[in-house]
Amino acid sequence: MSELIFEKSHEGRRAVYFPECGVESVSLPEKYARTSPAPLPEVAEVDLVRHYTNLSRKAYGVDNGFYPLGSCTMKYNPKINEAAAALPGFTHMHPQLDEADAQGCLEIMYKLSRSLCEITGMDAITLQPAAGAHGEFTGLSLIGAYLRDNGMSARTKLIVPDSAHGTNPASAAMNGFTIVNIPSTPDGFVDLDALKNAVGDDTAALMLTNPNTVGRFDRNILEISKTVHDAGGLVYYDGANLNAIMGIARPGDMGFDVVHLNMHKTFSTPHGGGGPGSGPVGCKSFLEKYLPSPLVCEDNGKYTFFTPEKSIGKVQSFYGNFLVYLKAYCYIRVLGGTGLKQASENAVLNANYMLEKLRDTYDIPFEGSCMHEFVMSLDKLKHETGISASDIAKGLIDNGIHPPTMYFPLIVHEALMFEPTETESRETLDNAVEVMKKLYETAKTAPDTLHAAPVTTPVGRPDETAAVRNPILKY
Amino acid sequence: MSYIPGTARERAEMLADTGCKSIDDLFSCVPESVRLKAPLNLPEAQTEFEVLSDIESIAAKNRQYKAIFRGAGAYNHFIPEVVKSLSSRSEFVTAYTPYQPEVSQGILQVIFEYQSVICRLTGMDVSNAGVYDGASAAAEAFAMCRERGRNKLITFSNIKPQVLSVLKTYACSAGAKVEVIACVDGLADLGALGCALDDTAACVYIEQPNYYGLIENAQDIASLVHEKKAKLIMGCEPVSLALLKTPAEYGADIAVGEAQGLGLELSFGGPYLGYMASTTANMRKLPGRIVGKTTDSEGRDAYVLTLQAREQHIRREKASSSICSNEALCALTATIYCAAVGREGLIEVASQSYSKAHYAAKLFSAIPGFGLRFSGEFFNEFITDCPCDAKKIMSALAERSILGGKILDCGRILWCVTEVNTKAQIDEVASILKEVTAV
Repeated sequence: MSELIFEKSHEGRRAVYFPECGVESVSLPEKYARTSPAPLPEVAEVDLVRHYTNLSRKAYGVDNGFYPLGSCTMKYNPKINEAAAALPGFTHMHPQLDEADAQGCLEIMYKLSRSLCEITGMDAITLQPAAGAHGEFTGLSLIGAYLRDNGMSARTKLIVPDSAHGTNPASAAMNGFTIVNIPSTPDGFVDLDALKNAVGDDTAALMLTNPNTVGRFDRNILEISKTVHDAGGLVYYDGANLNAIMGIARPGDMGFDVVHLNMHKTFSTPHGGGGPGSGPVGCKSFLEKYLPSPLVCEDNGKYTFFTPEKSIGKVQSFYGNFLVYLKAYCYIRVLGGTGLKQASENAVLNANYMLEKLRDTYDIPFEGSCMHEFVMSLDKLKHETGISASDIAKGLIDNGIHPPTMYFPLIVHEALMFEPTETESRETLDNAVEVMKKLYETAKTAPDTLHAAPVTTPVGRPDETAAVRNPILKY
Repeated sequence: MSYIPGTARERAEMLADTGCKSIDDLFSCVPESVRLKAPLNLPEAQTEFEVLSDIESIAAKNRQYKAIFRGAGAYNHFIPEVVKSLSSRSEFVTAYTPYQPEVSQGILQVIFEYQSVICRLTGMDVSNAGVYDGASAAAEAFAMCRERGRNKLITFSNIKPQVLSVLKTYACSAGAKVEVIACVDGLADLGALGCALDDTAACVYIEQPNYYGLIENAQDIASLVHEKKAKLIMGCEPVSLALLKTPAEYGADIAVGEAQGLGLELSFGGPYLGYMASTTANMRKLPGRIVGKTTDSEGRDAYVLTLQAREQHIRREKASSSICSNEALCALTATIYCAAVGREGLIEVASQSYSKAHYAAKLFSAIPGFGLRFSGEFFNEFITDCPCDAKKIMSALAERSILGGKILDCGRILWCVTEVNTKAQIDEVASILKEVTAV
């Protein structure tokens, strides 16, 4: 029963009617007209409602259950955020309005920017980037503009640890930088010697996630940023893991010059099945003049737009994903500084709790405690039983749990990365631990049942190779 | 309030289970030197009730108009309630990118339907799952076209300024060039294009309709561009495609555009949705997510994210782009909107917008001083002169809760009319124009 909406179409059916036009109907000259109408579906409202309601039952969100997808911070998305973002006073605002007509929107932008500066220890913020990777692109553009503006165009190398998200090197390449990958230590940290060897006159910047992608805070963070600064480069903070350290430490105080945040991770805005997100970029004052245009300033309660002196231009048509960062504003107001810190503390507590309970069963490649997420390696299990990280993940699905991130970071073989977040209860974590242990036993005793998983879903494992070999990309 | 379910006691017990004595112990890896010594200086936490009423009072500082005659890249269309109702289902809203296809068939199928809708509107062979917005879609399309020695995009001064700005930002960061050439009577100048099309030209970007609302002679442009071995990117407004010749019919290599008009609220500029579609020849250069149809082991139809060898998580610095978001919920909304209004409904939206804009243009331009700036065929936006300070016009309209057109740098006004503007509203604008300029 996976009929497409097109297959439910019947000629002449309608769900929506419009009032009479009321003016003389004019037809478009034939030379400009398409030869045949776009074959869109023709369905009645009830067909439409059932079709998409049934599709929603084949989707799994945070509202359905536990979603410990590492590095994605799938925390609960408070409903009040949705209510705020549905206010007609915001949804009906045209982006081409004059500032005087949109004082409420500008106030949100200004106040949220101030709050994000405080949380990150940065001096200025743009809310324009529409997602994390868009933030990376924007932040690196600032660095590029700064280097060109200061006669340092020869600094073309961007250093990225091998544990980085794929977006880091990809965003760097979009900015014309050459990527220098440096290895991590066996503990998963930045290899200081490798870093010292990599930096030089050609270093543009280091791009770093801290806590890093194996869920650990790099103790040498100040030495890392100093090493790059001493060589004349800048330091970029990938905010993917900020949920571990709100109110505890700030990228700005660790020596970072630029940071991007993910409103859809740390600040509870929903992921929407793959966006819309929001990826604000913060920077130190010496980079503010390069930020995308416009920014908002305040004078006696009146808000106005201004263009930074040497702005890189726009990265999005208007002011970014306004309704998304409005939800983040709402979240920050409800939690306050104390609540944000509590959120981070509990994110770290929940991760360590799960880690401790699983440590005796699964191989944890790194000793000691973790931050808000942890990685396990199923390499040994795979050699012994043939059961891979992916098989365990599919087994979790049959137990009503969304799998953790698989096969990332690349430096850990057969990786599964859990990020429980702070909004899960002990029972939820206990249940997940129990399921993980049960799956481990199944791997040893009845591996075939795991190879066949999942069996409780509308479809089993799709043939991805066939999808690539013979691409069917539309109806 | 942090949306944390655990009680203090439960948390204490959990902490004990981790072997730590205090929460601080959990953070022992964070060096003292970077620890925040004071609490974050943020407004005090408030209850949801208080925060919502505060946000409502901030929203009240925005001015809502009963009628909108402004477009310029964002369009006020009627959004059927069923679209809002279905797209707010929390299974869709709170899901992540469909990495696990078995539990994400609903979202994957919707994206497949979205890709089909975009292909049907544009006539193109392949659509990706969407990108941030129309402007970044244009910039991503430029990146698709660049190859060794061909590093330049040529466009015209009649494209949307916000798109031009984003194109320039992306190009500047990548070390590529954007050349903007002049127009004749608001339309792309073919002569100037011929001169600009040298061996370094990767592609030409035009908008249909363009920023001034005019319909370009895209056929001639396409021939010229292809003759010089460059590619044609067309930025098309999707609602207009219910009527207008498709980018495929013109022979465009890539079609992009802002899909906000397909059921997305104005929302002060976002979230919106950029669509990107191409010929099969350019399929493997498309950035972002793409969903494909396949089968599972039992032969059942199944949908998956596919052709991922293009993407950042596989190719890293060799990827065509770093984009991973596809504004999925916006793509879902656009799909549901297209299915809700349907084949006839979208034609009606486009024809009413077209007819009403022509009625308005005729009426306004008959008023002394408000002549049409350009003589060319237009869709639902047009520019008139303005015999006085255009701000005076806007204030007079605002007094009647009407948002007038956009004032251009030259002092003229860019008007936009859609299906939601009634004849009475258009007549009212005309009478205000008369009143203001009569005194």
